[in-house]
Amino acid sequence: MNFAPTIEAVHHGALLSASEAGPAPKRLVVAYGFWIFLLSDIVMFAAFFAGYAVLVRATAGGPTGAELFDQTNVAIETACLLASSFTCGLMSLAANTRNRVRTYFFALVTFVLGAAFLALEIREFGDMIAIGATPHRSAFLSAFFALVGCHGLHVAAGLVWLVVMMAQIATRGFRPAVERRLLCFSLFWHALDIIWVGLFTVVYLMGVSP
Amino acid sequence: MNFLGKLSWDAVPLHEPIIMGTSAVVVLAIVFILGWIVIKGYLPYLWREWITSVDHKRIGVMYIVLALLMLLRGFADGIMMRSQQAVAAGGAQGYLPPEHFDQIFSAHGTIMIFFVAMPLVIGLMNFAVPLQLGVRDVAFPTLNSVSFWLTASGVLLTNISLAVGEFSKAGWVAYPPLSGLQFSPGVGVDYYLWALQISGIGTLLSGINFVTTILKMRAPGMGLMHMPVFCWTALASNLLIVAAFPVLTVTFAMLLLDRYLDFHFFTIDAGGNPMMYVNLFWVWGHPEVYILVLPAFGIYSEVSATFSGKPLFGYRSMVAATMTISILAYTVWLHHFFTMGASANINAFFGVMSMIIAVPTGVKIFNWLFTMYGGRVRFTVPVLWTIGFMVTFVLGGLTGVLLAVPPIDFQMHNSLFLVAHFHHVIIPGVVFGAFAGYHYWFPKAFGFTLDERWGRRSFWCWFIGFHLAFMPLYVVGLMGMTRRMQHYDNLDWQPWLMVAGIGAVVILAGIVCQVVQLVVSIRDREQNRDLTGDPWNGRTLEWSTASPPPAWNFAVLPYAAETDTFWNRKQRARGKRDERAQEREYDPIEMPKNSPTGFVTAFFAVVTGFALIWHIWWMAGLGAFGALVTFLVFAFRHEDEIEIPAEQIARFDRAHPVGVVI
Repeated sequence: MNFAPTIEAVHHGALLSASEAGPAPKRLVVAYGFWIFLLSDIVMFAAFFAGYAVLVRATAGGPTGAELFDQTNVAIETACLLASSFTCGLMSLAANTRNRVRTYFFALVTFVLGAAFLALEIREFGDMIAIGATPHRSAFLSAFFALVGCHGLHVAAGLVWLVVMMAQIATRGFRPAVERRLLCFSLFWHALDIIWVGLFTVVYLMGVSP
Repeated sequence: MNFLGKLSWDAVPLHEPIIMGTSAVVVLAIVFILGWIVIKGYLPYLWREWITSVDHKRIGVMYIVLALLMLLRGFADGIMMRSQQAVAAGGAQGYLPPEHFDQIFSAHGTIMIFFVAMPLVIGLMNFAVPLQLGVRDVAFPTLNSVSFWLTASGVLLTNISLAVGEFSKAGWVAYPPLSGLQFSPGVGVDYYLWALQISGIGTLLSGINFVTTILKMRAPGMGLMHMPVFCWTALASNLLIVAAFPVLTVTFAMLLLDRYLDFHFFTIDAGGNPMMYVNLFWVWGHPEVYILVLPAFGIYSEVSATFSGKPLFGYRSMVAATMTISILAYTVWLHHFFTMGASANINAFFGVMSMIIAVPTGVKIFNWLFTMYGGRVRFTVPVLWTIGFMVTFVLGGLTGVLLAVPPIDFQMHNSLFLVAHFHHVIIPGVVFGAFAGYHYWFPKAFGFTLDERWGRRSFWCWFIGFHLAFMPLYVVGLMGMTRRMQHYDNLDWQPWLMVAGIGAVVILAGIVCQVVQLVVSIRDREQNRDLTGDPWNGRTLEWSTASPPPAWNFAVLPYAAETDTFWNRKQRARGKRDERAQEREYDPIEMPKNSPTGFVTAFFAVVTGFALIWHIWWMAGLGAFGALVTFLVFAFRHEDEIEIPAEQIARFDRAHPVGVVI
């Protein structure tokens, strides 16, 4: 074990706590900043959730959630997204060992699962719009499309980000900057999963319960 | 579909002499300044040293310049309202037609909150926080530049609305259904929404940046409880930004969906709920009050300690009060609309919570008083602003306690009493604080002090003008005058409104004094040079480096394991030169490289925003694509740091000796 950093940290005869050790290393700073960003993103979703909760009964004579939601479709979507989080974790492990082939492979699986989720969601939206259940129909549907659509936009942005990350690994290799961004990407992807769990519960499960 | 969407020559209000005259002056001024810069050959310097700079000090200065320019615009709107209301009584209609008056009060509020108070506060935090923490920059320097330029984009869009189209007529809060498509079909509300969405993203990114900086990047030895109080208040303010601004983004996004894609969040048909907008808006809006005022409280703390020559009284209670206020900020939003019709119990809860906020605020006031008590107070301009603040703010706070009583609020709601109240807290609270900070840190930023005499004149004009302008509004508010009236029939109000108009003129004199102060100070800069880096006999780390500081702030990161490290070190040195300065060894420093990313992103943000406002879809797509490409270019950059050789640092340090080495 290497004690050098600990010895360096002894300053003025006292052992410093982490809070007094001076500026944190870049990896910590970046990850911490990204956590704060994710918190702000979660606050954003919280506001959409609040709007949805206020407007969920405001169907204005139009269709309700129970009439619209297809549980099978949602179950497959959920399975895709949760599985993609797992493969995203495997990708991080592969990146930690600097194994390019495994990183690409698990990134590809993550991408396909995420894209499948998105395709199913778009099909669900399309089916609803086809029967006249558009955001224009009622406040409930406005809130539904905005909340679920915002999550969908995040997933789409995540897919673009994943492609960019693979391009960075291909052209730059596993440099510290690329590794930090991969770390942020996986934080982002897992956060989207957490939001989906809330969304799945509040919108789809509670939506069909009597 | 038209190639340029809704945009045509009709959008330029050629028939409005006031608007066209103002626009012409602004455009001429911009052309003149740009021409002067180009002819003098300053453009490369400007590009290299300012526009692409990621140095927190430069960005802070640019924020403050932006805010002071917009203060002129916002004040012009204010004095137009005061002069209109001073004359438009009974049969007289004044000189502003209703649709113009409505735009003016909407623009005044929007500009003063988002483009004056916010950039002043964020600019001062940008400048001072990393210096006070004893570090070389913020956590994400390029992101910081992006934040600034996005704020500038919002400013630009708001000002374009003056000449092209119109601004919102729905007030600075833009409540639906008035701000919905049905009642505001024009582009005014869209200007408001896109300008604030774009600058709001900039503010959120600043918040993330500063929370990370303060919590993860402090000088060695500086635990949280060793931070200067201004850093604590900046931390509280930025935590509030991170937690509140996303709500504003969502609220505006919902209104945009209503306006652009026929959604029904806030419409009066199909189940929409306008009161939800009001709730969501103030869930952001009340914390926003503390986002603005807490850093100002931090400045007052620094100023009162420094100029009393004493440590701040009750450091721990000040920190506790700050953090308590930032939590309570989320428990009072409903007091902005007691008349919504919530039940008595709900109104009572929010009324009580609002009064409770007076407790930590009172703690702060007493701490400042006790800091001054028994000290040798030097009555410099920042101290004048601080004392003026304390006297005025306490009274403004008391009228707030009145308004927090729901039955009284039912009488006072939307009256000029309310207008008087919030100006009574926000002007002394935020604006005086920002002016104190401006005077206090100016020598640090530019290496010479501001003229005290013109500063004092400016203070007295502002102080007297403020009371003349706003105390009469309490009276007419109690007499029943509602806010935002272009014209009124009750002649009893007119004398009071004339006094208020005179007050606005006195404030104008204060602003003129500030301009003169700047000119005089620049003229006499050689006499007022700050060669020590410590013009005020300061206490905190920013005074331990040269004025202006080098790009790297500190040649060697200071070790700061106590509050007021710099002061204590000076006391121990007892005026003797520190011998260690001679034998100091320097290491090369890695500094972030300049980047045009912020400026280019902002350019595309303006293009996208403008295109969306005017429904020019192809241009919006192009703008968004440009922003994405900018982002990718930045992501694939090869290097983002340059190394400053130890030689250069040593040379600078020898040329700028400071009193004590930390």
